[in-house]
Formats: sequence, C-alpha cells, structure tokens
Amino acid sequence: MTKQVKQLDRVIIRFAGDSGDGMQLTGDRFTQQSASFGNDLSTLPNFPAEIRAPAGTLPGVSSFQVHFADHDILTPGDSPDVLVAMNPAALKANLQDLKKGATIIVDSHDFTGRNLAKAGYDHDPLETDELDEFAVHTVDLTSMTVEAVKEFGLSRKDAGRAKNMFALGLLSWMYGRPVDPTIAFLERRFAKVPDIRDANVTAFKAGWNFGETTETFVVQYEVKPAPMPTGRYRNITGNLALAYGLVASSVQSGLPLFLGSYPITPASDVLHELSRHKRFGVTTFQAEDEIAGIGAALGASFGGSLGVTTTSGPGVALKSETIGLGVMLELPLLVVDIQRGGPSTGLPTKTEQADLLQAMFGRNGEAPVPIVAPRSPADCFDAALEAARIAVTYRTPVMLLSDGYLANGSEPWQIPDVEQLPRIEPGFATEPNHTGEDGASTFWPYLRDEATLARPWAVPGTKGLEHRIGGLEKNDGTGNISYDPANHDFMVRTRAAKVERVAETIPPTEVDDPAGPDGQGARVLVLGWGSTYGPIGAAVRHVRNKGLKVAQAHLRHLNPFPKDLGEVLRGYDAVLVPEMNLGQLSMLLRAKFLVDVVGYNRVRGLPLRAAELAEAITDLVEAQRPDEPLTEGTQETEGIR
Amino acid sequence: MSQVDLPSPGLRDVPATEEPLTRKDFASDQEVRWCPGCGDYAILAAFQGFLPDLNIARENVVMISGIGCAARFPYYLDTYGMHSIHGRAPAIATGLATSRKDLSVWVITGDGDSLSIGGNHLIHALRRNVNLKILLFNNRIYGLTKGQYSPTSEPGKVTKSTPMGSLDNPFNPVSLALGAEGTFVARTIDSDRKHLTSVLSAAAAHRGTALVEIYQNCPIFNDGAFDAFKTPDTRDEAVIPLVHGERVRFGNDGEGNPTKGVVRDRVTGRLEVVDLAEVPEDDLVVHDAHDEDPATAFALSRLTDAGVLHRAPIGVFRSVSHPTYDDQAREQVETARQGTEDPTEALAGLLSAGDTWTVA
Repeated sequence: MTKQVKQLDRVIIRFAGDSGDGMQLTGDRFTQQSASFGNDLSTLPNFPAEIRAPAGTLPGVSSFQVHFADHDILTPGDSPDVLVAMNPAALKANLQDLKKGATIIVDSHDFTGRNLAKAGYDHDPLETDELDEFAVHTVDLTSMTVEAVKEFGLSRKDAGRAKNMFALGLLSWMYGRPVDPTIAFLERRFAKVPDIRDANVTAFKAGWNFGETTETFVVQYEVKPAPMPTGRYRNITGNLALAYGLVASSVQSGLPLFLGSYPITPASDVLHELSRHKRFGVTTFQAEDEIAGIGAALGASFGGSLGVTTTSGPGVALKSETIGLGVMLELPLLVVDIQRGGPSTGLPTKTEQADLLQAMFGRNGEAPVPIVAPRSPADCFDAALEAARIAVTYRTPVMLLSDGYLANGSEPWQIPDVEQLPRIEPGFATEPNHTGEDGASTFWPYLRDEATLARPWAVPGTKGLEHRIGGLEKNDGTGNISYDPANHDFMVRTRAAKVERVAETIPPTEVDDPAGPDGQGARVLVLGWGSTYGPIGAAVRHVRNKGLKVAQAHLRHLNPFPKDLGEVLRGYDAVLVPEMNLGQLSMLLRAKFLVDVVGYNRVRGLPLRAAELAEAITDLVEAQRPDEPLTEGTQETEGIR
Repeated sequence: MSQVDLPSPGLRDVPATEEPLTRKDFASDQEVRWCPGCGDYAILAAFQGFLPDLNIARENVVMISGIGCAARFPYYLDTYGMHSIHGRAPAIATGLATSRKDLSVWVITGDGDSLSIGGNHLIHALRRNVNLKILLFNNRIYGLTKGQYSPTSEPGKVTKSTPMGSLDNPFNPVSLALGAEGTFVARTIDSDRKHLTSVLSAAAAHRGTALVEIYQNCPIFNDGAFDAFKTPDTRDEAVIPLVHGERVRFGNDGEGNPTKGVVRDRVTGRLEVVDLAEVPEDDLVVHDAHDEDPATAFALSRLTDAGVLHRAPIGVFRSVSHPTYDDQAREQVETARQGTEDPTEALAGLLSAGDTWTVA
C-alpha cells in the first residue's frame, strides 16, 4: 500500500519498558541511526538503580528518550511526541509526561490481569476511554516477534526477548531511519551466538516490514538532516567524551595517565572505558575503596603521572581529606565528580548539581581547588582537557563536575583535529633552584613560579632534588615543617592566590546578548553552569522567539570565576540562575559579588524543563518594566521572588 | 648504572648508585624530634645504616608515611618522601610503586595508622602483593595523641580513654598479615640492630609487599612493653627465633643451649612449646619460610602472647615468591602498547572510531 509521507522539523520519542526489555539498547540504536542520518539530536536515558527491579512493576520501568531534528537542538525535550510502551507499567509511569495528541505505541501482549495489577491498574486502560486524547496504536509486538523468529527454534521466552528489535524496526520505518548500521551492530554484537543474532536481525526487519504493510500505520514521517559545520561526526555520551578527554590530556602532556577509582554510579563507565585504553600508557587501578582510589592517584602524581580519580558525590565526601592533602602537597590531581541525586545514597541513577558547594568547600581548613564543569555530553572532552591543563600548570587538585545527565546523555560530536588540541607542559624540575648561604646549590620544593605561583614538580628519581613533602604546614620556599604563625598566614593566602591566578588564563565571560551591541540590550541575564546549558539555551530561544530580550551566559569555570564576571552581572537589572540544586551557584555569586541574583531551582533528578524555565524567564523579563528605567538598588524589590 | 649486578628481586629495576653512599648521605638536615629514649631513634639509625648497603641510587628511594610518631620518619632521610594522612600510606605507595618500577618504595607506619584507621589499605596492599615494604612500628599505644590504647594494646589496658581498662581484643599484626596472605611477613625488635638490619635486607630483597612488624618502645606512654625481649634474664625465654631451615628452639640452660622447642600435636595439628628434654629432636618443627601454605607460619604467629608480652617468635615468618600486582599491571600496559603507533595518531584513531558520518 502507498503511504503518506509527512515532513516534521523535530520529533521526541521515548522508548519505555521493563528494566530487562532492552530499552537502553533500543534507544541507543535509534540514536545512532539518527546520528548517521545527519539529524541533530539529544538523548536522555532514565533507569532505576536496581539492576532488575521486580518485572512489570512501576519501579522497574526503564526508558530512553531521544530528540532528533532538522535543526540545532539543545535538550532531549520536555515531553515526548511518541511513547513506545512495552508493558502496562511503562505506559502508566510515562503517561503524565505526554501532551494531548501524542502518539502511543503499546505492546498489548502484557495487558493481562496479572500484569495490569502489577502496574497498579484495576482495569485495562486500552479498553476504556482514558487514552482518548492520544493517538494509540495497540500492537501485539511480542507475539509478532515470536512468530517472525520461530524458524530459529528459540524458546518462546528467548524469542520474545527480540521484541525490542521489532519495535526498533517499526519506529525505524516510521521515521525513515537507515537500517544498515543496526544490522551491522547486531551482527557484531551477537557474532558468537548465531541463533540470537539471526533472531534479532529478523525481528528488526520484521518490525520494519510490519510498518510498511500494516494499515495500522498510514503515515511515514521525514525529519531531514540538520545543517551542521562541515567535518566528521560521531555520537558521544558524556562519560565516553570525558574518558577520551582524559586520554587526550595524557597524550597532550606526555604524562602517563593513572586512574585510581572505586566503582560508583554514574561514574563507573569512565573506569571501564579507560581500562580499555592501556595502549596509551593508561594504568587503571580498581581500589579497595574511594580513599585508596584517590590515594593511589595522588601517589602516581607524586611519581610524575597524571593522577586521576573518578567518582560521584558520596565518593567525593570520602576523598575530601586526600584532596586537602593534594592542596597542601601542591601536586596535579584530577577529581572527577559525576554528580547524582543526594544527599547520602540519594538517587544514584538520577542527575543533580548539588555538589558544587562540596567541591568548593568540602574540606577542612582553607583548601581552595579550581572547579571546571562541562556543559554538554560532547563538551566533557574539552572540559577534561581544561581541568588537566589547570591541574598540571598550577600543581593542584582540580574538581571536574559532570553529572548523571551529561554522563549518559549523548549528542553529535564534531571529532576534533588532534593537531589542534592544546599542549599541556608538565615542566618537571630537573635542577636545583636555590643557592644556600654556603654557596651550595639546593632544591627548594616550595619556591614558586612568579606568574602562576605554582611550585616545582620534582619527581623521585631526579638526582639532587631529593625532598620531603607532607600534610603539615610548609615553610615558604624550603618546604620544611613550620609552625610559625606569620608563615602559616602567608602560605594560606598564597595557596588561595595561586588558585585565583588561574583566572589569568581563562577567557572572559561569553555573553550571548543579541540585542546588546546597539545599546538596547537585554535587562535580564540568565546565568548557568554545567548540564543546564541545554535547557537554559532552549528556554532563552523560546523567550526570544516571543520578541523579548534576554541575555545568556554559561560558566565553565566555577572557581575561580572569570575575572569580568562581577562586571557582567552588574550590567543587568536582573540575573536569573537556574540550577538543579537549591541555589549553590546563587550563593557563591551573592557572596562574591554582592549581586542579588534570582534562583530558579529544581531538584527532581531530571534535567530542567525548558518550557517551565521559559515561563520563569518571561516573568522576570516582563517584571523589569522596560519602559521605566530602573534606578540603582531597585531591582531587588521587583517582586520576582 | 649496572642493574644486572643487583642480586635482589625486590630492587630489580632500581638503578644502582653511581658512587658509594654512606649513612651520612641518607641523613637529612632536619632535627630529629622524637622523645628522648624513643625506639624510633634506633630504627632510624639502623635504617640509615642499612640503606647504603642496598647500593641503589639515593634519589630512587621513596619513603611514604601516614600519621603518628613513626610517620615523621621520612623527614629525617635525605631521599624522596611524603608524610601523608592517617592510614592512607599503603594506598598512596601502591599508586607510586605501580606507576614507577624504578623506585624502592617504603611505607612507614604505626600500629594505630596501619591497623586502626588504615586497616583496610594494609590488608589490600598485602593481598595484592605490590612491590613495597611496610615497616610497622608497633609500640602498642597511641603516642602522638598522648596515650590512648591502640589496636595492639593488651586487653584491660588502663589509659586516658579507658580508665576502667580497654575492652578491645588486640590484633596480632603478623597473624593479620598472614591471614591476608602476605608474601613476606616478619617481626623484629628496635633494640636488636643486627636482627633488625637482617630483616630489613630480606624485606628489600623480596619482590612484593613485605610487612615487617618492629616492636618499638614508647618510653613516655607504654614504657617497657617489650622489656621481656630486652632484659638479659628474660630475653632467651621470650624470643623464639625463627630461622629458615632450622628447628624452632629457644631458652637458655645457662650455658647457651636452648631448653625449649616447638612441636606439632599429631592429633590437633596445633603448635606447642615443650621442654627439649621431653621430646626427640626430630619432633621439633623445622621453620620453612618458603612454605606456600601460610598455615604453619600462622600457627607460629599464634605463639605470641595476646596480653602482656612475655614471649613471641621473632624473624621471617613467611617469604614466598608470587607475581606482584605492579609488575603485572605494567605488563598489561606494555602488552597493550606493543605496535601502538605515534600517540597522536593513535589518539586521532581512537576519537574517530565507531559509527561516524561526514558533513560536507
């Protein structure tokens, strides 16, 4: 039959099923297909912390949302256009996120008494009118899959497991996705089990063919490729980009990479990934605990490696004392915190930005460390290189704050030209740097570089530079133990000044204020950090599309801030700071610049919703009453909060 | 730089010194600040005296310590050193030793540092068998915090924090290390410089984690804890010397002949101390430090008193050759590196692997 083809500029699909239904794989394959087709895209995996929560229940639902478009997009989207629900629980858990008119494709196979009850239904929603405002397609995906693969002689259970590929095939047909990459993928993945391989490929093709022939689906959609700068691309998750950024930091510095880590969600994938790249001279050490992970990394740094530890918030808490030691020893050390919902064990698989103050202050004494945060999955690569540059140049622990959304979310990444990546210079000390009163050359481990205030990094094995370092206060210059009050005051200030010096080598705040140059700029600035970049950007676009003026800036460096940040903030009548916490950046900005920023705070374990944020921005912009020039000091009484 | 001349596996990849070194070369310019009479002085002197004999480059020796009186040790040696944080020295040293095969890495720790706050790192270093040497100064008390009981103090010990006596059952560090299947486990005494030096030499030669428990007197908070091993009248009855290949005998009949020995009960398998006169010489246990099975070494360690010390075996309990964690970790990296082209090209290859597409 001939099918209608409809053009769309963007689509959001959410695949939802039981944890064991393979929804992450399905979403990931659909994403790869869309990426190789040339769409811009953004993804949001969402899964329970339990490996296999009780089958068919609401807590066991796992989903993968993909937003793909013919233009540049910033977020995985607030609300799916299409929900693929593999069982009653998946339908129930995701229904509230759908707008009227959304399409629902349901595997009707499990809509039986017991399974409905497990999902908390006392009736079959497919039989009532409660889904009337949606376009519902009820298909027995499981039975059709079993039928399609019966020639391979699998058990009914094994045959049914290929239903995710049937669903993928159907959706691939609906949106005209290229099928070859997925067939090649399945052939690779199941190369050693021909039955399973063939069943999956057959189910995938059967799904496609079903779409093409059935009368249930009469429309095929087309989402054209998005214009993108010329170059070579791949789709990449934040954790993969971060791991690659660490490998690149090693190559660009010539320092062997040493990762000391203890498995923790959502950071473990970085450990897994790096352990596969030993050919770059990468050593990965799975330690007995978080403290040993960072301890080993610090020991390796002492020996001249690029020491790295990867963890999440609870792990950072355990590593605090060693980070403080790193501050005192003044050795390069990267602490990667893939933030998750807290406090305590919190929400291990969900995202949050609530470790900023822990990164900033979570140590005893005055122990400042530079903080760098990536803004998108692909940006994790550049942020890792930048964090490594700071750590090596300034001989200091650096916190790299990613989060669960960046870690598992993905987007197209223009593969960088390796020749253009920044070099990182370790500048090891090789000679004595001081002449004693007796005229003899000696080595002073705490004699600083004038520009960076960094101390020399002399690694064991360097003749003539033998020295001792430790957690006790150092005498300026000699590095010997000192309890002298004036020296302690000086050293505390010097360590702080060194971290402040990092600001000399970071770019000024980039403000996106399209109305700015003509002097009639926006009066409201939206300032964010980390993974909120996408939702903030989408919300700002939305507000601008309504004809309102709003400026946007996003911080990569949280400590120190760019030197011009205070000036930038004071240039606006109101500053809105959206964060997935209760106002941690807001607190820092207020403390540092005495600017009364307005917080927009959500801690739902999910990325901010762009539409809701757009409303908040709109309210704030409109509250500035542009026809009435504000006088100094009035902005805080505008009734915005 | 002749590395082939070095006989000991533990120092296999450590460069030899270019010129002969003396004790003085290893003494730093820092004033030693332990209490007068502290056993640490004797250990430091023995250590500074022993290091030149290793014939290795001074700049390739690294001392890593945690927190406590013993942890000041690195400041007094003119080598590379790190005085780190409480209990974590084995973890830090593991990273250093794994990333640098050319270093001789020593961990200096005490009974609180290694067995209380750092117990986890200690047992994991032992089970992994990383090529580092752990010197555990056991004074059976907390010194730096002024006299609380430690995890090796005898039960019932009255201290500032236990006015009615401590309730903890103590660790026997040697038993613990053997339980963790440490590949080199020894015990020595601060006051017996000759024995101390011989054990240090054996530890340095061992490839893998070596744990050396050193009975060390704290004259301020636990004075005399090891007097039984030092006083001429009691010494011979207290020290059970362990010498590989020799029968386990001790005591003194007044003419320098041993009076006691260790036998294995044929029914229970337990080791027991007996009068030599009561058993035929052939029944005495012959110490085999190279026994793969740590059971006998463990049984010997149990001849140590749990309470106030009157008797303990001294010497190398176990010394077996197993693959080390750090050697194997480096081998994996080296194997993976074989055939790897220029790193920049390899990086370009890594970044552009997988499903890619080109926008023209």
